[in-house]
Amino acid sequence: MSETGRPLVEAPADAVAGEVVLRLSDVVKTFPGVRALDGVQLEVRAGEVHCLLGQNGAGKSTLIKVLAGVHRPDSGLVEWRGQPVSFANPQAAMRAGIATIYQELDLVEDLSVAENAFLGHEPRSLGFIRRGHMARRTRQILGRLGHAEIPPGRMVRALPAAGKQVVSMARALSHEARLIIMDEPSAVLAHDEVDNLFRIVRELTAQGIAVIYISHRLEEIREIGDRVTVLKDGRTTAANLPARDTPTRDLVSRMTGRTIEYVFPERSADTTVGEKLLEVDGLTRSGEFADVSLTVAAGEIVGIAGLVGSGRSEVLETIYGARRAESGTVRMAGKALRPGSVGAAVRAGLGMAPEERKSQALLLGEPIYRNVTLATFARYARLGFTDIGKERAEADRIAESLEMRPRDVNRPVRTLSGGNQQKVVVGRWLLGGTRLLLLDEPTRGVDVGARAELYQVIRELAAQGVGVLLVSSEVPEVLGLADRVLVMREGRVVRTAPAAELDESTVLDLVMSGSLMEGAAA
Amino acid sequence: MSDSPPTTKLPAQSPPVDPAETEVAGHKASAGTARLSWWHGDGGDGARRNLALIGVLLILFVIGAATRSDLYSNPDWVWANMLSILKLASVVGVVTVGMTFVIIGGGIDLSVGAIVALAGVWCTTVATQSFGAAGMIFTAIVVGMAVGLVNGTLIAYGRLVPFIATLAMLVAARGLAAEISDKQTQISQNSTINGIASNSLLGIPLLVYILAAVVIAGWVLLNRTTFGRRTVAVGGNPEAARLAGINVKLHTVLLYVLSGLCCGIAAIMLTAQATSAQAAMANLYELDAIAAVIIGGTLLSGGRGTIVGSLLGVIIFATITNLFAINGLSTEAQNMVKGGIIVAAVLIQQVQFGSLSQFFRRNNRLTTS
Repeated sequence: MSETGRPLVEAPADAVAGEVVLRLSDVVKTFPGVRALDGVQLEVRAGEVHCLLGQNGAGKSTLIKVLAGVHRPDSGLVEWRGQPVSFANPQAAMRAGIATIYQELDLVEDLSVAENAFLGHEPRSLGFIRRGHMARRTRQILGRLGHAEIPPGRMVRALPAAGKQVVSMARALSHEARLIIMDEPSAVLAHDEVDNLFRIVRELTAQGIAVIYISHRLEEIREIGDRVTVLKDGRTTAANLPARDTPTRDLVSRMTGRTIEYVFPERSADTTVGEKLLEVDGLTRSGEFADVSLTVAAGEIVGIAGLVGSGRSEVLETIYGARRAESGTVRMAGKALRPGSVGAAVRAGLGMAPEERKSQALLLGEPIYRNVTLATFARYARLGFTDIGKERAEADRIAESLEMRPRDVNRPVRTLSGGNQQKVVVGRWLLGGTRLLLLDEPTRGVDVGARAELYQVIRELAAQGVGVLLVSSEVPEVLGLADRVLVMREGRVVRTAPAAELDESTVLDLVMSGSLMEGAAA
Repeated sequence: MSDSPPTTKLPAQSPPVDPAETEVAGHKASAGTARLSWWHGDGGDGARRNLALIGVLLILFVIGAATRSDLYSNPDWVWANMLSILKLASVVGVVTVGMTFVIIGGGIDLSVGAIVALAGVWCTTVATQSFGAAGMIFTAIVVGMAVGLVNGTLIAYGRLVPFIATLAMLVAARGLAAEISDKQTQISQNSTINGIASNSLLGIPLLVYILAAVVIAGWVLLNRTTFGRRTVAVGGNPEAARLAGINVKLHTVLLYVLSGLCCGIAAIMLTAQATSAQAAMANLYELDAIAAVIIGGTLLSGGRGTIVGSLLGVIIFATITNLFAINGLSTEAQNMVKGGIIVAAVLIQQVQFGSLSQFFRRNNRLTTS
């Protein structure tokens, strides 16, 4: 694979191409309520591009963070160049020669290119930074990366996304990294810039540096990858597949092969769908989504499938008034909603459980009951005085019906598990008046048992005539819960069909082939 | 798919105002969970911290008694001294109540001292004084609220950082006060106004009653009303508040208006004390108020705090001033002690929020690696 050109990058002196540099055995990492990594195997050789493939939530990010020294595994073995290691912090991983380039590049925008490249290990003499030396070495590294045109003194803020990525790589090289982890490096790049990225990757690997490459775009994996390891629900489902020759069907099935049993409640026999509640027509926000139209009827569950960044969450937030549509209308029960007003949406009977529970929905230090009544406390109040007794009683009723654990509604929400926190957020909208529920990733970070309970809650709400619009990265969840499914790709609805007419790999193909086609078009 | 999932009974989608249903639910709740203590609204955590502040006050009292046992042996003097401490605390105390709301709501108001000065000067102009005591009080309060309205609007709708908006207002309001007063000290001729500071009721100065009234009103507002609930929500997680349908911008404006209202009240009190007003009055009140709020245990990042804590913070500062005065010590030394107390209070808060234990754990990890 490696084009043998002039050696642009100095290899670490003792790097032997083909030698196993990193080996993970049965690595486990749990967070409260979730088993993020549940027995990961991984083997990376010097000089290869090892691709990690998996759906959202498969554990890729956690795995990267374990390798980068951000998290420490609960159990299992990480061997780095033949030695078992456990990195205490990111600096230790860096020193050992593992550099990570995160999707959100961790650069200091108001420092220069050289200062960023050598951040934290600036060449020093008598306590003073040797600026000239640092600039020279930066120029040298940038030259090796094929970007001699970037001035080391330029502020990083002034660089385009591709330039920033080059600076991140320069930082990795300034540490003499033997393994560079790239988390969706192409996501921020234009097509011609991706070619340049690949050229750099090839030059790195030609010098014996190992690369772990993460991407959603199968096309890229085929082009740049040597071997592929597939993760699913925190487990390695396939290791060391040949990147070029493994059929797409195989890769997709390994990504989706169920290890978690999704327990969906039976659909009730009469799926009577009532009158139209929500009508969205031609909704557009440039750069996020365009011309989205959909309807949700009373008692109907409509699911939106799509990758992160496909615009699905943005559509939900725009319907809810948390973002203002540039064009298009949202009508609730026939009446147009005032754009950009959450208050108007709530008064019209909409409720939303947002994507990021902790940062968007909860007051973590406040008791459960105050979180449950966050949208309704004013209704129980008299003359502006809150009725805490009634609020607690109502919250208690919700806690009981949703089987919240613990049941004591005076406890701070912080102490609850992810699943119970989600019940608090959903329960908030059960206190009356909500006719349409917008659910964004309702089961993210929720354990299996609580998932089944949440599914049941959603179904029962629909049975009571509430309309539900559901967004999820987990295709089986959308297919299992929804009556109708919309598939979104790059801000557009590419398919609308009854859930019964779709299966998981069809949806995944639709969701991902978009990126394939985009790659092919370049 | 065929597994029957655990059944959950959902509450009926009934409107919340259903007397029969809530009656039943209410009984169930009171049986299921222990009744709240009356002070629970102020937060159990906060109540514990407030006990610690009362402990500090007791220690200060003991220090006073130890250093000036001659004075403290006279109960009449002790009572009079306590009243003078409260009187000393009253004006800043009123400002601090407003500041507490602003800080719990996630903001900060650096312009409070300047607002007091502007309101004080405006209500003592010859023209205003011709309307009598009611006109003066009305003017001070309207001026305070108007300036708060400007602050809040700039912050909520102009998207200025509170620090910058109120810093600009600090400078501008003092400038306007100097302009209106022509840099002169304006004497208050109104005996009713002046009497607010000199008169007592049942042996307790009127100023202390005003402080008590503002503190009680503030406590009720924070802990028993929807306004207070919104304040905590907006400060604790503005995004969650917004997505729950709370009008975060409007509420932010109201918080600064409330702070301005408190400043207007304080302006009358201070004018009465000095029987005059001038552009330089209430100098650095913003720092005294913020310091009191901080040592009272309110998080500077918003979302949590207590009125009682802030009141105790003000009283602690007033007690320290008093302690130095009765011992004939300099104000310079006094300021150094105050600075130390602010740092100590924040350090104690950090222990309570566990960051210190995290700090130790982190260090542990560094050494074992």
